[in-house]
Amino acid sequence: MTTSPLAARPRPAAAAPAPLPSAPRRRRAGFLREQISGWGMIAPAAVLLLLFVFLPAILGFGLAFTNARLISPRPVEFVGTDNFARLFADPTFWRALLNVTYFAVVVVPVQSALALAMALLINKKFRGVNFFRTVYFLPVVTSMVVVSLLWLFMYRKDGLINELLSTFSFGLIQGADWLNDPATAMPAIIALSIWQAAGFHMIIWLAGLQSISGELYEAAQLDGASRWHQFRYVTWPGLKHTRSLVLVTITIQALGLFDQVSVMTQGGPLDSTTTIIYEAVRSGFKQQETSYASAISLVFFVLVLLISAVQRYLTREKD
Amino acid sequence: MKNSVRLNSAAAMLVRILFAAVAAFPIVFMLVSSLKPDTQIFGDMSSVAAFLPVGNISFDNYAAVFDRVPAARFLVNSIGISAVTVVLGIFINSLCAFALSRMEVRGKRVVFTVILATLIVPFQTLALPLVWWVNQLPYFELNGFSLEISKGWLDTYQVQIIPFIANAFSIYLYHQYFESIPKELDEAARIDGAGWFKIYRQVVMPLAGPATATVAILTFLPAWNSYLWPLMVVQSEELRPVMIGIQYFFQLNVSWGEVMAYASLITVPVVVLFIAFQRSFINSIASSGVKG
Repeated sequence: MTTSPLAARPRPAAAAPAPLPSAPRRRRAGFLREQISGWGMIAPAAVLLLLFVFLPAILGFGLAFTNARLISPRPVEFVGTDNFARLFADPTFWRALLNVTYFAVVVVPVQSALALAMALLINKKFRGVNFFRTVYFLPVVTSMVVVSLLWLFMYRKDGLINELLSTFSFGLIQGADWLNDPATAMPAIIALSIWQAAGFHMIIWLAGLQSISGELYEAAQLDGASRWHQFRYVTWPGLKHTRSLVLVTITIQALGLFDQVSVMTQGGPLDSTTTIIYEAVRSGFKQQETSYASAISLVFFVLVLLISAVQRYLTREKD
Repeated sequence: MKNSVRLNSAAAMLVRILFAAVAAFPIVFMLVSSLKPDTQIFGDMSSVAAFLPVGNISFDNYAAVFDRVPAARFLVNSIGISAVTVVLGIFINSLCAFALSRMEVRGKRVVFTVILATLIVPFQTLALPLVWWVNQLPYFELNGFSLEISKGWLDTYQVQIIPFIANAFSIYLYHQYFESIPKELDEAARIDGAGWFKIYRQVVMPLAGPATATVAILTFLPAWNSYLWPLMVVQSEELRPVMIGIQYFFQLNVSWGEVMAYASLITVPVVVLFIAFQRSFINSIASSGVKG
């Protein structure tokens, strides 16, 4: 930009035969002051994000191509793509990728639909609405670590889940040993993950619902629109932005599955619940292979980027 | 017509109650079990007594927890760390969003896009290089009258706070909210001679209560719940937050009653705080409306 930014804007004062000399100068001072104050306000957050998000991200990127270990007397050497070659030859990595895909494919639609249902159920004013809102949000307030510990206890062969299943099926369903069976471990983790996180996305949906003008519903009702039609033609289009926000955040959360696995199964049984992040943490912290863990993180990051790009593209196309 | 409406709302209420039961039963089970000895927890499991504080009820498990774990210290640490993160987070993120939303700052679109891009980086992928990185940062300590500089943030309070103050999602939420506040208010204030910071503090922020409540909750929860991070960067027992206490129960032959007691102990304060906070949070969203 060689021209003054102000020159682009049509200013009648400049076109007048005798422009007041002070007016542009005052505007210019205001412009500068706005730039300085603006950047001053952006700076604290920007610097912190730079220090604690961008730098470690770049660092992780660099380490992926070295032989760095967490604690090692040897100097760090560039090893090219060795870590990636090893990673792509590792069946555990592919298993982790498969597990995370399975998790995301179930959790994304089910959790966003349940969260929207919950938001719709408590969107209208009625007696006790605060009670329901609070209860629906309770699992979110409970930390995933506590939740995992609690469900670890409930998923025991002689635990609460099996007792409930047996009671409600009148003894027909014989409970599984949920977390110790490769076939049921991931479904069990999926169930508790949805249970814990649905309330969070309910709040996001709810904020979206509240932002839709009540007048639109009144107009639809005057036109005799059914509840379904109100949802289809008022609520759903009104949730356009919320929708992409919810989808993107749930997908990224799902792909980053870690806490539950770390507390409940440590990736087992037979790698049936291991995840990409769990593998990264396992090699990074337990085996101290910083470089290999960074390579996994990098692959994971590229995956997240790809998926959210595709998702954004798809949601944009539909609207 | 009227009957079908009534039937509809009865069905809706039934579904609401069903959802509420599913959401609440594990938490009720946890709280109730924390008051029972292990034999009774397993004995009550097959009946509704699993959810009722009946039988041999006591706070023995809690007493045992305080014996096993320095729980009071952990609670104080977590309260302090969360409070500081929330307060600084609200200030710094809203300030940034204010400039990005309401000021004509050159290049702000690029900055906002880049900030939003950080949303895509999950914390777990950063954690490992971040451990190495925070250990390189200088550490200033005022010792009496002399300022001491040492290297490495590991095993401190600030390593649990400062990396989590700036948050792209908080900036995004504030930005969305600020966009809905009429810009004419700023212009009016500017004509009255107000500077930008004054507009931020006295015009925009007082109107952004609901966004602040949301940001406060969404900052507080991960701060209180953080587990992986303190596990890696904090060694000293006196600096540990509450979630690390759970580790003390992984070893030995655990008493599930004690596990449930500690789990309740670190969950109940948050629930209480949330219920007090929730009302204003929901009410402010509902009454003022997020709409533009």
